[in-house]
Amino acid sequence: MAQAMGFFTDTTVCIGCKACEVACKEWNQLPATNGGANTLSGDSYDNTRRLDGIHWRHVRFVEQFTPDRSQGRWLLMSDVCKHCVQAGCLEVCPTGAIIRTEFDTVVIQSDVCNGCRDCIGACPFGVIDINPASGTAQKCTLCYDRLQVGLEPACSKACPTDSINFGPVADLKKMAEARVGRLHGQGETRAYLYGADEKMLGGLNSFFLLVDKPEVYHLPPDPKMPTRRLKSSTWLSVLGGVVVGLAGLVSFRTRGSRP
Amino acid sequence: MNPPPSTLFTAPPEWQWLIVFYFFLGGIAGGAYVLAVLIDLFGDPLDRPLARLGYLIAFPVTVICGLLLILDLQRPLRFWHMLLQSETLRPMLKPWSPMSLGSWALLLFGGVAFVSFLAALADDGRGRWPRLAVLRPPGVLGTLVALIGGALGFFIAGYTGVLLTVTNRPIWADTSLLGLVFLISGASTAAALLALLGRRRARTSVTGLHALERFDSLMLVLELIALVALVVSLGSMARVWLSAWGALLAVGVIALGIVVPLVLYRRSLRLGDLSSSTVAAVLVLVGGFLLRVVIILSSEGV
Repeated sequence: MAQAMGFFTDTTVCIGCKACEVACKEWNQLPATNGGANTLSGDSYDNTRRLDGIHWRHVRFVEQFTPDRSQGRWLLMSDVCKHCVQAGCLEVCPTGAIIRTEFDTVVIQSDVCNGCRDCIGACPFGVIDINPASGTAQKCTLCYDRLQVGLEPACSKACPTDSINFGPVADLKKMAEARVGRLHGQGETRAYLYGADEKMLGGLNSFFLLVDKPEVYHLPPDPKMPTRRLKSSTWLSVLGGVVVGLAGLVSFRTRGSRP
Repeated sequence: MNPPPSTLFTAPPEWQWLIVFYFFLGGIAGGAYVLAVLIDLFGDPLDRPLARLGYLIAFPVTVICGLLLILDLQRPLRFWHMLLQSETLRPMLKPWSPMSLGSWALLLFGGVAFVSFLAALADDGRGRWPRLAVLRPPGVLGTLVALIGGALGFFIAGYTGVLLTVTNRPIWADTSLLGLVFLISGASTAAALLALLGRRRARTSVTGLHALERFDSLMLVLELIALVALVVSLGSMARVWLSAWGALLAVGVIALGIVVPLVLYRRSLRLGDLSSSTVAAVLVLVGGFLLRVVIILSSEGV
């Protein structure tokens, strides 16, 4: 296997230009929303709103203002598939469409997927959705086609501030830790890494530097595998089966008409 | 302040009405087969027509289930990718994925239910192959078929709840009790349907109908306990049901679908009042359907 490759997204230097979104759409030939007609969110400068089947990068705008708008701050984060080391989508996919590549990334094969949508509910981050053009579940592939010929993904190539960094995950972690140390030294003590630790789903190959709680960026504080309750719910169902069987035995047992 | 539950940060798979109907009918198909087996193996010979009815229900309903699932796919023609790897044509099975295991279980259950369907027809002297009657208990071969089909029937009735739990969605993934609740509800709705259809047939024994009513009463009590445990197990996530969904659960599922039928079944068993037993069975079926509606659609809306 080649080295594990991933993204380190440093949200402190994101300027919200959306070059990553555009580059992703261009390279992956993703369709425009609503046939190209501009649909505004109406309550935010963020008109992409969420990751879905035709948005594999999403620059999230966290807009925090006082009611009179005299005080405020922007947090910007280019969100993407986390390429989890323990990937919930891959675990539940019943067709085998979702695979782990030689770069330790998670890719959905569009020619295999039949659109059952199990992966959509299984993803702890709400990353996956149906692409209406293909009728299959789609998400970031970490530009698998570009990686195979030695190119870097379109989004990180386009990022003008190096908020999105691409490379071997081990190198990215060192770079990210150094960056956190530098920010702490400069007084930004809130800076921390989200998903670089193996405790979170075995580690996220696409991890983030944040300066507020995960939920502020609409990231789950404690993402888990979908199979975490598989055993308990299976055993409880078996117990239910036994009880139903016994109830049937009690209710239907021969009432004496047999010789 | 505690961090919010992580299941709130996920996306809905948009399983809607086709899946609601599938979950309801899957419970009935599995439950009807299981009841037929229980009656065949432990019941009075007088009740064999009721068991026969169970087999006659299970197979066609299973076929409808399969069609509903295929129609729900975004690429229906690729339904077979659930069973065979599309490139190598080797079997595709992930035992830890309820949807993968469920696809196989539904296929196998459909096969066994078809065998039992034919055997039930043959046993009655109808159908072209009277010898197929050996595939129904009490013979050794028939008992074997019944045991395999019964195990698969239990699986079909319950795995849909486990499938919902093995996601990261609010409510579904916040409890381990959905499989248990669906299994009990499947048995209960199947008993209600059997009682309802059995009553219209001249050969159905009254004692058999009463046994079904007693069984369904037991199931309803268990379902009520399991539902209370479910709400408790949801913890703070139960707040999602402080809404029209919760009202539907309380009124449609619990009051009209469980409590009222329990009272009516009691009346029927004590006074032999046929009409209250009919109303009870209809209400149980409606309540079982609404249970799936609430569980599936309330999470989809979060």
